[in-house]
Amino acid sequence: MSYLSGAGVKADPVVALTWGVLVISIAVVIIVSILLLAGIQRGRSRVAAVDIELQQVERRGNALALVYWGTAISTVVLFGALVWTVAVLAAINAPHAKPMLTIEVTGLQWWWKVRYLSDDPSRTITTANEIHIPTGQPVRVRLIGADVIHSFWIPALTGKTDTIPGQTNVTWLEAQRPGVYRGQCTEYCGEQHAHMAAFVVADTPDVFQTWWNDQLRPAAQPTTAQEVQGQVEVQFRCGACHMVRGTDAGGSVAPDLTHLMSRKTIAAGTLDNTIANLAGWIANPQAIKPGTRMPVLNLSGQEVSDITTYLQLLK
Amino acid sequence: MTILDIERRPEVAAASEASRRRLDEIWKTPPGIAGFLSTVDHKQIGIRYIITAFAFLILGGIEALIMRVQLGRPEQQLLTPEQYDQLFSTHGMTMIFLYALPVLSGFSNYLWPLLLGARDMAFPRLNAFSYWIYVAAGIFMYAGFAIGAGPNDGWFNYVPYASRQFNPGMNMDFYALGMIFLGISTSAGAANFIVTVFRTRAPGMSINRLPIMIWGTLTASAANLLVVPAVSLAFFLLWMDRQFGTHFFDVSQGGQPLLWQHLFWIFGHPWVYAIVLPAMGMVSDGLPVFCRRPLVGYTPVALSTVATMVLGFGVWVHHMFATGMPNLALSFFSGASIVIAVPSAVAVFAWLATIWSGRPVVTTAFLFFASMIVLFVIGGVSGFMTGSVPVDWQLTDTYFVVAHLHYVLIGINLFPVAGAIYYWFPKFTGRMLDEELGRWNFWTMFIGFNIAFLPMHLTGLWGMPRRVYTYPDGMGWDWLNLITSVGSFLFAFGILLLLINVVKSRRDGRLAGPNPWDASTLEWSVPSPPPPYNFAVIPHIVSRHPLWEQQLQESDARSSLDTGYLLDHGRETIATTSLDSDIDLILKMPEDSYAPFLLTVAVSALFVGLLLHWWWLAAVGGFATVGAIMIWLWPERDLGQTADAGHG
Repeated sequence: MSYLSGAGVKADPVVALTWGVLVISIAVVIIVSILLLAGIQRGRSRVAAVDIELQQVERRGNALALVYWGTAISTVVLFGALVWTVAVLAAINAPHAKPMLTIEVTGLQWWWKVRYLSDDPSRTITTANEIHIPTGQPVRVRLIGADVIHSFWIPALTGKTDTIPGQTNVTWLEAQRPGVYRGQCTEYCGEQHAHMAAFVVADTPDVFQTWWNDQLRPAAQPTTAQEVQGQVEVQFRCGACHMVRGTDAGGSVAPDLTHLMSRKTIAAGTLDNTIANLAGWIANPQAIKPGTRMPVLNLSGQEVSDITTYLQLLK
Repeated sequence: MTILDIERRPEVAAASEASRRRLDEIWKTPPGIAGFLSTVDHKQIGIRYIITAFAFLILGGIEALIMRVQLGRPEQQLLTPEQYDQLFSTHGMTMIFLYALPVLSGFSNYLWPLLLGARDMAFPRLNAFSYWIYVAAGIFMYAGFAIGAGPNDGWFNYVPYASRQFNPGMNMDFYALGMIFLGISTSAGAANFIVTVFRTRAPGMSINRLPIMIWGTLTASAANLLVVPAVSLAFFLLWMDRQFGTHFFDVSQGGQPLLWQHLFWIFGHPWVYAIVLPAMGMVSDGLPVFCRRPLVGYTPVALSTVATMVLGFGVWVHHMFATGMPNLALSFFSGASIVIAVPSAVAVFAWLATIWSGRPVVTTAFLFFASMIVLFVIGGVSGFMTGSVPVDWQLTDTYFVVAHLHYVLIGINLFPVAGAIYYWFPKFTGRMLDEELGRWNFWTMFIGFNIAFLPMHLTGLWGMPRRVYTYPDGMGWDWLNLITSVGSFLFAFGILLLLINVVKSRRDGRLAGPNPWDASTLEWSVPSPPPPYNFAVIPHIVSRHPLWEQQLQESDARSSLDTGYLLDHGRETIATTSLDSDIDLILKMPEDSYAPFLLTVAVSALFVGLLLHWWWLAAVGGFATVGAIMIWLWPERDLGQTADAGHG
């Protein structure tokens, strides 16, 4: 999550500016500290606090010059930093090329809904919390506010932009190298603000295309009796909120589960996506993420097992 | 109107034992509960403000320590998310609203008339009223927390999370009404300070002879008068949305979440300056005393105080850089946020120059004031970094900002306040604080504070978001958080040493005498503690440093401290003109009065009625408010300020 190094054309100038103002800041603190300590040491009176009146009061020297020079130099440095700031602002305002890909990210309590937009409606897909992008090209991100304000932030790729109900903000990002870049909601949004991570997964363009094509497929069909039973239960128990494309589970207020197993984490980065974690989450989400919108359904052990088994198919 | 128009010419005389006794009779407040509820003595009110503010500081500190235990290790489950959210919100509310400004109001209340050569504030009853309202509003806001309905959306309280849809409990209603309630106190206090400085200065104390602390509080008060209505309005609109279904912030009906942010921050940012400028003024006045010379650059520092505030009105959007505004607006506010560092640089270099060209006597107060310069600069440069928009897009809402704001609020408010306690405690009580314990106190606070908050910058740079009740293991944040938690307990222990010193020295500290620091301003010309009437005669001032004229030898003129206007026909002080401080007329001051307390009770009933929807109580409170105001304003012949009819 550190942003002292970046991984993209948008992040690099900001990283340089951050280091620049950081070094200036540290230098100022050191200079002032030295001036202060040297000043105290230089003229330090020998009298004790109780005898303070023994130290004569007088105007010594013309120290006003320090005020003028100090202020003048500060002003020049500040102005320089301002020019640099405005230059960086202009440089990262828009990508160098028109983005070929637009992704719509909606901030929700407490997860991210991610939609891939395309001129071809059949290529539009919805997923959650993991944003796959191709490397080496700018990607436009439309930020939608739905419930309360959240803030979208992938430190290594782009600074924060809020998702605000009633308005659509637009930002962009570009990854130079393949990798997984963690981000997190940074506008306080309620009880589970702490558990609202997002991941950007950058792949080479052809790997990305393969991923997108895979996501377009409907959900895998169950084969064993337990998988069939699991699908029935998912449709009955989970389908009001969650979508599994190609089944009767058609809800849209919670993450789309059609390709759940292609994601590395569940509950917006709260847990690794393992069988055990998944079963524990389904059995009692409130114990793991208190306040989450997912209710405790009082499922039997068998039901949890059936559902988990079925979900393992959704690759 | 000139002095000649006044019905009697005030007698000029030297202070005598007889006149002191007479003044004491006139001004003293009777002991006991009656005096406690009715006093309008600015000194008693000032001390109460300081004690009450410290009580809130302790509460807010305990809340912080609980949070630091929770955050000391990753994935801790000591607190539920809701408990944590209420704690951090209440901590912010407490420190920013119930400690930081009131403690400065306390010092200003106590010191202003003494610094200005007056016998009380311009409106003594209003002064008592603003204190009572502060207490009542503080209790009101904490009542919610006590029943588990404290604010849970941060002190900044963003909508829509604060709206009824997402926050159905009473948490927001306590907070919203409490903030409107508290705003009454802030506004009344601010108006009182402004009138006091322009009306009650000693003759000859022209505007360029004011102590810098007066400039600081005056500037802060002017700002508060302008910005408090914005936040009161915002909270009122929120309350209306929540209770009566209006749509100011309701997105589904065309409301605007960003309206809240603008209204809040156009208040919130000037407020930050309001809670540091008076404290900076304390340093500008206190530090030179220990450097044994006048402040270097009085005029630039006074002007920079005002300039900071003026610019402070143009930077609120830097709290909103991530809301998706156009680049042109961002550039403007980025520029303003960076330029505002210039007047701060003036103050910093003036303090450095004062030390550099002085002969510092290193006392505990000096240590607090001098260390504040470094803490101020650290808080200043981190603020400068957040002023740079692209950098802020990374820094904002991470722990870097938490570190920044604590350097600002603790560094520029609490450290000067601690120094001011060491500096003025002898005046308040007649006894010195223990210097030996003072060293322990200072170094524990200074080291503890920096252990807690310096590494926190790195926690932020490494990406830890604010306002999270826990964080995962393996992010690189765990050891940094542990260090911060350890430092915070050390810091808290330092504050405990301060309190111990106060309690101990109050009883058996060394006797102080009127001017233990050989300081230059008027409060040190009267006994410690000062008599109820402050000055036996109203002094006449001819320089910025009335008590140092003999030592500085800068002119032949001498301020007259022992001979002046006697004014012993009832409670009186002198009114002077606003710029030159020429004598204008005799100001008749009110007696002790229950009206401020009664009015507070009435207003409290009104707010409780509104909160609980007990409309009958709100109505009773409303009528009682009108009644109490009538009692207060009932014409009294004794308070007539105008000339006699003979000249009519």
